[in-house]
Amino acid sequence: MDFATVLQVLDSTVRLATPLLLACLAGLFSERSGIFDIGLEGKMLAAAFLSAAVAAVTGSVWWGLLAGIGASMFLSVIHGLASITFRGNQLISGVAINFLAAGLTVVIAQDWFDQGGRTPSLGGDARFGPITLPLADTLRDVPVFGPIYHDLISGHTLLVYFALAMVPLTWWLLYRTRFGLRLRAVGENPAAVDTAGVSVIGLRFAAVAICGVLCGIAGAYLATALQAGFVKDMTAGRGYIALAALIFAKWRPWYALSATLLFGFLQAVALRYQNIDLGGFVVPVQFMDALPYILTVIILAGFVGKAIPPRAGGEPYVKER
Amino acid sequence: MEILPKWADAVLVPIFSLLIAFALSALVIIAIGEDPVAAVKMMVTGAVGSTYGWGYTLYYATNFMFTGLAFAVAFHAAMFNIGAEGQATLGGLGVALVCLAVPWPHWALALPAAMVGGALFGAAFAAIPAWLQAKRGSHIVITTIMFNFISASILNFLLVNMLRPKGSMDPATAKFPAGTNLPTLHDILGVFGIPFSRAAPANIAFFIALLACVLVWLLIWRTRIGYQIRAFGKSESAAVYAGISPVKIIMVAMLISGALAGLMAINNVMGEAERLVLNSVEGAGFIGIAVALMGRNHPFGIFLAAILFGFLYQGGAELALWTNIPRELIVVIQALVILFTGALDNMVRMPLERIFLAFRRGKA
Repeated sequence: MDFATVLQVLDSTVRLATPLLLACLAGLFSERSGIFDIGLEGKMLAAAFLSAAVAAVTGSVWWGLLAGIGASMFLSVIHGLASITFRGNQLISGVAINFLAAGLTVVIAQDWFDQGGRTPSLGGDARFGPITLPLADTLRDVPVFGPIYHDLISGHTLLVYFALAMVPLTWWLLYRTRFGLRLRAVGENPAAVDTAGVSVIGLRFAAVAICGVLCGIAGAYLATALQAGFVKDMTAGRGYIALAALIFAKWRPWYALSATLLFGFLQAVALRYQNIDLGGFVVPVQFMDALPYILTVIILAGFVGKAIPPRAGGEPYVKER
Repeated sequence: MEILPKWADAVLVPIFSLLIAFALSALVIIAIGEDPVAAVKMMVTGAVGSTYGWGYTLYYATNFMFTGLAFAVAFHAAMFNIGAEGQATLGGLGVALVCLAVPWPHWALALPAAMVGGALFGAAFAAIPAWLQAKRGSHIVITTIMFNFISASILNFLLVNMLRPKGSMDPATAKFPAGTNLPTLHDILGVFGIPFSRAAPANIAFFIALLACVLVWLLIWRTRIGYQIRAFGKSESAAVYAGISPVKIIMVAMLISGALAGLMAINNVMGEAERLVLNSVEGAGFIGIAVALMGRNHPFGIFLAAILFGFLYQGGAELALWTNIPRELIVVIQALVILFTGALDNMVRMPLERIFLAFRRGKA
């Protein structure tokens, strides 16, 4: 395996890790506030569809992005209503949202475009194009550093850099602001936050809304940057992998980056090589596909450090008994 | 104090939730420019207007009864088993191995063996998340989701690399021997002189599903272990105080749940396809969640809900065949049913409670 191949695999690792990272951070906000969200998949899917649809009709990727965020926010509001306002079961609500997105996207896509549940393919301004970082072309011929800078660091879409920037931003927001402290507290002990005179419901809705925005961007990235248009079930389990990464990261932003990069790398390798030959022993591609899930189960089993979720997660908050 | 009488909570709340879900579904149909009344008419004729339609409706309902019961048994122990899809997938593997291992002379011998195979594989696949939950505290929702993906990979690997007959490009097992073919409703009802469509896939597994409903009811409400499961599900600390072992309850409930999900394979793999293909479960594991929630986790409710969803599935297939409405509309309806009967049920219950309170005050 030569240097150029390594760079290619790493490059596609970054591309594939981006939607995972955005969805993982989305889940992080929601779950840190005590709202479990297994509906990440559905929100991404809805956002992917509406962003592609609007981008196709208007020809502008920015309108697409906005619409994608809107679609994801709509589902977030449903999740918030069900799990915060009406104190329903957060898991059931998440399951319902995943199905709602899986069904509605195809039904609406069929009605609008009549192309078997997909949107027209996007091009030009309807997609996010790659950004060439300054000096990338001049430095290209510098040995080792040049190709790394030109091929790996430069040349991604805006959303990739946005996702990477979200990691320190999330860290700062969670650990260095008043809002972050309250958000973490409301996921651990909502009664204490309530006693301090801060609205539990308000904080949780804020967290669910942030989750909606990030999932929306993740979905828009899938349909308008990674690929050119929406196809049925295009999230393909990424929401669940993001959920796995969130546990892998133990609900912390920097760990989320490394976990999603790891899972992105696994996807990139599985995509590039079908069966991997390790000196006579062949690793089947199906094993590579299943590896993120297997790793998560091992982590969850506590064999590699313990993953402790926010204590109040999944419990609706009742003010008075 | 319980504000709502028991009958209102068990009957009125699900019915109102269901009505809201159906009303929204009708709006979706209107929004895509079709006529909801005509759609319902077409679904009714397609699903229950002929013995052919009934045959498909009951076939789907059989699947949903098994997965609905699987979800319900775990739910009584406060376990949220999202993994019925994976457990049913592996159950299919068990059934296929049994059917292909021996040249079965008659289905009456093959069926019990296949049931054991399916239940065993389903239960074994549920055992790992259950053990992790019981011993290591790993959240069962996440592990069972992960196991759904893992099961798909396992089956994909086995079908492509091991079980595929030589020379075949199709990732599927060979056709099961004729001695394993289950009698369909056409064969069974024919004995009594009742004509029934020959082409429909409903088979003897339907009656086994009915039996499973009765047995689950007996288990949950008429046995010691059932009582312990319910007690554990209501309050873990109280159950521990009463000397009930959480590890035992989690394991038993999840093993039964996995076995029920695995048993579904006698219907879809052995009864219908008569070979094992990729994605043979087709989402029935997830529909089980909707069925169980709508049926209030009671076997009789699950029976009714399974028939309703069987109707929706067969009717939806007819709609997709004859109109512009894609099959995915059923997924939307299913999502709305889960949402309103499972997660937003308080939205219906709270106003109902207010009405009942006002009514009571008016009387007093």
